[in-house]
Amino acid sequence: MAPHVRPGGPVASTPMSAKSNPADKTERLLNLVICLLYTRKPLSKAKIRDAVPQYGTSASDEAFDRMFERDKDELRDLGIPLVTEPFDVFFDDEPGYRIDRREYALPEISFAPDELAVLGLASRAWTQASLAGPAAQALRKLEAAGVERDDSSLIGIVPRVRTVEPSFGAVKDAVLQHTPVAFTYRTAGTGEVATRHVQPWAIASWHGHWYLTAFDTDRNAPRVFRLGRIEGEVTIEGKPSSYEVPADHQPTAMISTVAVDRDPRPAALRVRVGAGHSLRRQADTLVAVDDDWSRIVLDFTDTEAFAEEVAGFGPDVVVESPADLRESVIRRLTGALGHPRLTAEASR
Amino acid sequence: MSAKGQTGPQRQGGQPAESATTRLSRLLTMVPWLLNRQGVEIEEAAREFDVTPAQIETDLALLFLCGTPGGYHGDLIEAEWESGRVYLGNADTINRPLRLGVDEALALIVGLRALAAVPGIGERDAVVRALAKLEAATGSASAGSSRIQVLIDEGTGNQTLALAQEALAARRRVHLRYLVPGRDETTERDVDPMRVINFDAHWYLEGWCHRAEDVRLFRLDRIEDLAILDGDGTPPATAQPRDLDSGVFTPQAQDQIVRLVLGPGAVWVSDYYPTESIERTQDGGAIIALRTPDTAWLRRLMWRLGSAAEVLEPAELALQVQQGARAALEAYAGSAGSNPASG
Repeated sequence: MAPHVRPGGPVASTPMSAKSNPADKTERLLNLVICLLYTRKPLSKAKIRDAVPQYGTSASDEAFDRMFERDKDELRDLGIPLVTEPFDVFFDDEPGYRIDRREYALPEISFAPDELAVLGLASRAWTQASLAGPAAQALRKLEAAGVERDDSSLIGIVPRVRTVEPSFGAVKDAVLQHTPVAFTYRTAGTGEVATRHVQPWAIASWHGHWYLTAFDTDRNAPRVFRLGRIEGEVTIEGKPSSYEVPADHQPTAMISTVAVDRDPRPAALRVRVGAGHSLRRQADTLVAVDDDWSRIVLDFTDTEAFAEEVAGFGPDVVVESPADLRESVIRRLTGALGHPRLTAEASR
Repeated sequence: MSAKGQTGPQRQGGQPAESATTRLSRLLTMVPWLLNRQGVEIEEAAREFDVTPAQIETDLALLFLCGTPGGYHGDLIEAEWESGRVYLGNADTINRPLRLGVDEALALIVGLRALAAVPGIGERDAVVRALAKLEAATGSASAGSSRIQVLIDEGTGNQTLALAQEALAARRRVHLRYLVPGRDETTERDVDPMRVINFDAHWYLEGWCHRAEDVRLFRLDRIEDLAILDGDGTPPATAQPRDLDSGVFTPQAQDQIVRLVLGPGAVWVSDYYPTESIERTQDGGAIIALRTPDTAWLRRLMWRLGSAAEVLEPAELALQVQQGARAALEAYAGSAGSNPASG
């Protein structure tokens, strides 16, 4: 052990006021954790006040009580197993407090270097926001034992998952805790906005988007929601564990059923030579019309989605048939000519 | 931080103040980590905990004041870091990390399960072993994890994916015939592979592009042909993988500013492309600003969105959108619908 330097004598607690700054509070909480882990018997509040120097300067008993109650809650929120027990079997009117060390500590798990490498990959899969922080913290805890990971076995394959949807955190918590929620939801296509009341079942990232499967209590039926279409806050509408999730629930099966397409139909398109590459790749047949145009036939399923793709080629692709696809593309192009309504909206 | 965060509240100095509990959580993890790495450099600890070296020193100064009840030398945590290396002692009560919290267990377990489905992950066996150990160790904290799922497209039968992985493992240069959909153009280029990424449900090959003389991302489903060349494919030492946290598009400060009005049916655009600013409108739409070096893809986007979106600026782009739409509609006016069989 290297020598260390510290001012002599008992260390004076930092000057305290009831309104402590975050550094003082961290010091107080850390001393509280150490004190409650260290004790073998539950400690009374009075003993804790003596043992943790930062409490000693509380202005009054009431101020100390309030501070201690808040501290207990915050430690429990961190997942620290702070237990309340009668500290004396003969006087059970006053509770004592301690932290069970076996409950507190991460069990001894020894990971091999290649296992830590894949854990690192799993942890880094979460980009930004909600779960990236917990993922990094979890990895540090697992690596605290001193084993270094061996990243050499990973040949540059990097899965990344984004949780950009603002509602992700609240919906994930509701799923884990079985808590009913309400939110404002914008329906695809129609753009209709309505308040939905649901019992969340599961969430899944599917084809790059997060979806919620839930029981819709207004419609009295299961429904799928895309998290990106939830607008504003998610409000909690009941207690945790207030409903059951069907044991056989398969989130991705339900999501893919909702998103399933109709039978494919053929479309005939005129495509300018040198353009429409992604359409040409999908073509079943391709014939030259003249020096400037080819005619291709290819299958599509969702009329609106395919019309959108075709409209994106502007004057380079023309739909010959079917008529509904043709009309949908014409509608989009006419729309793109200019819209006083939107501009007026913007200038308000 | 997403661009959207810019409209949110900002603390002085741009960094939100760290809460006491967040810091406590770091300290409780840092103590066992340091105890098992006596003499580790402050910089390395800072990297691991994603804080500045100065923050590590501030943390050590705080640890130095804490300990078991009594407040005398023998009760307090010993910490020494003047040499730039950290030595820690007398911290037996907190020498084990706290159990994984629900979100911590969840992030790793859901991530590992997704990983298990990734093709060509040479270490599938390690994934299965790590998952089993983790599930056993986390117990109730991992109970709900099966109801949070991430499905990575397995790319089964994806010949391009298999070839990209093969080239990467063998460090060989590849030749690509690549479709740039924004410009509706097929390009030919030589690339030194750096990594294969699955991001937002698409597979990408990231590599040093000899044509652009820069790092580029290629979406695998837009690679029309991939050939592994005989030459060595080690990228230049200066080639840095992109930071993916802000998405696969990286806007540059010198890029042109484009402002769009989005109707309610087109608000999704603001989720897909990195925006400089978003302003909600009363009808449920939005006005967004974004930066781009190339507006060809935006012209296409505007034709697709039709009446659901409109360009506010630059005026030149608005004009191009209108002209293209008019030309396309003229082609429709000149051609009656016909039966595909007759062609």
